[in-house]
Amino acid sequence: MGNPVLEVKNLKTSFLTEDGAIPAVDGVDFHINPGEVLGIVGESGCGKSVTSLSVMGLVPTPPGKIEGEILFKGENLASAPERRMRQIRGNEIGMIFQEPMTSLNPVITIGDQLIESLRIHRKWSKKEAMAKAIEMLKLVGLPRAEELVREYPHQLSGGMRQRVMIAMAMICDPKLLIADEPTTALDVTIQAQILDLMKRLNKETDTAIMMITHDLGVVAEMCERVVVMYAGKVVEEGDVKTIFQDPKHPYTVGLIKSVPDMRAKVGRLYSIPGNVPKPGSIKSGCSFAPRCEHAGTRCITETPHLTTQEGSHQVRCWLYEDGKGVNLHESDSAIS
Amino acid sequence: MSEQLAKSTPPVVPQHVPAPVEDKAISPWKEAWRSFKKNKIALVGLSIVSFFILIAIFADLLAPYHYKDVNLSDKHIAPSAEHWFGTDEFGRDILSRVIHGARISLWVGFFSVAGSVIVGSVLGIVAGYYGKWVDGIISRIFDILLAFPSILLAIAVVSVLGPSLKNALIAIAIINVPTFGRLLRSRVLSVKEEEYITAARAVGMSDTRILIHHILPNSLAPIIVQGTLAIATAIIEAAALGFLGMGAQPPTPEWGKMLADSKDFIIQAPWTVLFPGLAIMLTVLGFNLMGDGLRDALDPRMKS
Repeated sequence: MGNPVLEVKNLKTSFLTEDGAIPAVDGVDFHINPGEVLGIVGESGCGKSVTSLSVMGLVPTPPGKIEGEILFKGENLASAPERRMRQIRGNEIGMIFQEPMTSLNPVITIGDQLIESLRIHRKWSKKEAMAKAIEMLKLVGLPRAEELVREYPHQLSGGMRQRVMIAMAMICDPKLLIADEPTTALDVTIQAQILDLMKRLNKETDTAIMMITHDLGVVAEMCERVVVMYAGKVVEEGDVKTIFQDPKHPYTVGLIKSVPDMRAKVGRLYSIPGNVPKPGSIKSGCSFAPRCEHAGTRCITETPHLTTQEGSHQVRCWLYEDGKGVNLHESDSAIS
Repeated sequence: MSEQLAKSTPPVVPQHVPAPVEDKAISPWKEAWRSFKKNKIALVGLSIVSFFILIAIFADLLAPYHYKDVNLSDKHIAPSAEHWFGTDEFGRDILSRVIHGARISLWVGFFSVAGSVIVGSVLGIVAGYYGKWVDGIISRIFDILLAFPSILLAIAVVSVLGPSLKNALIAIAIINVPTFGRLLRSRVLSVKEEEYITAARAVGMSDTRILIHHILPNSLAPIIVQGTLAIATAIIEAAALGFLGMGAQPPTPEWGKMLADSKDFIIQAPWTVLFPGLAIMLTVLGFNLMGDGLRDALDPRMKS
């Protein structure tokens, strides 16, 4: 398997406010192997985006504060100076954002925006960089690339812009691509095309992808392993098949149940009751306990640890402490 | 690994670069020009401004007499075929002086505004991007400058530097600095929160590069609009300083100075006041109309 491209150890990103430090990411561990696609799932507000911005060093400090280790090819990015981070961003780690409509500068041509990282990191001439930009636009499946480089973002559709963003993130051939909800703002047919494209690029270039999403469909389509996050913590981790077939954590079970099934003729869609708690509002116990139908007294008083189940499957829940297994699927069907 | 991506050396630049397809790429500037062209009043402004610019450029060819030629026997001649705009108290041809005056007024207008734009933009961008105490100091300087009535501040600056056209220009440049500074500061504050700035940082751009390549191009439109309107104000201020004897010194044919010199003869020879006054009014009107037109063309919120 080799050494992981990215290894995050006990990452804590907190924001200083007048009410004290608010932990948005609270002790997260995960790793991404070379060429692997890792999914990070969770509801809005559970710390997915902050995790990705922390890896990129794009969390404004202050008010933000990053603790723990972010090892990229063995180098700790959490303590790297800004100058070093600038060399890594765009060159070794690329990033795609959620909103293709606002992620491109409206007054600069597509070509000029694409070549920026080549000009910075490789010091290529404008002509060489532009030729590479055209090549990249073709690679991400955009037609008439030669004309496109002279056009402005408003002349492109959302799907085309997201392809441009992917080309921009991939132009320096990074080792890791962070995709922060890359398909959320796009309509379903375009979503599939963009996912196919990312999958193809992952295969062809061996770039590892950290796929941040709230869409389990995207995870099933793209990822090899999944990290489920809740309220700034990893609650479950494992390979895609295991997570989908045998989810352990009640939150993961709830997430999977909330995916609408086209074939089932049910009146109401399932949803997990309640909302993600405000970061820092839960002081003790499991942060999911207030929304969990299996919560006992221990869940409210004591914080559970990540425990390893079969293989590399890990879960943070008292139900699985000491290796005792509970079959949530059966107990759920009994309740409903 | 794909052949295309694995290359770490620059790809070979294709020999036959396809001819640029101009109409395909609608730049924001071309779009602005299109909507500007539809605005009749703005076009009138543009024509007036171009007219005065041409006069200023070709002043030496257009002026029938030398603006310094004193001919005391011809003093206060009413407008005639020989002297279209009449002559002043020294018998100098007013048409020639007004024509040369255009050069001076536009020169002061353009360069004082250029000075304010450069200084104001740099200060405003620095204040907006870096914030904190830097912003505090720069913004307080702007506040202090704005606390003075502008013409009073200009008079104060000229009093210190000594009355001359160059010093009047510097004074006008100084009083306009906070206008551009505040404009750019607020622009930077709103642009830097945009997602494309985060995206630019994510490809490894430094602060300076982001300021020059992303934030400045986004701020050009308001600078152009404000700049055009500021030229109009600067021309009036230069004329006012000239009128007060704190700007151009004789025999320079500055419009404000011409008004001041002729004000005693307003009854006997009204043309001595009328034509320089008209010239000031027309240029200022031209710049204002053009500025308003540019604002409508460049500001997306004004579009219906």
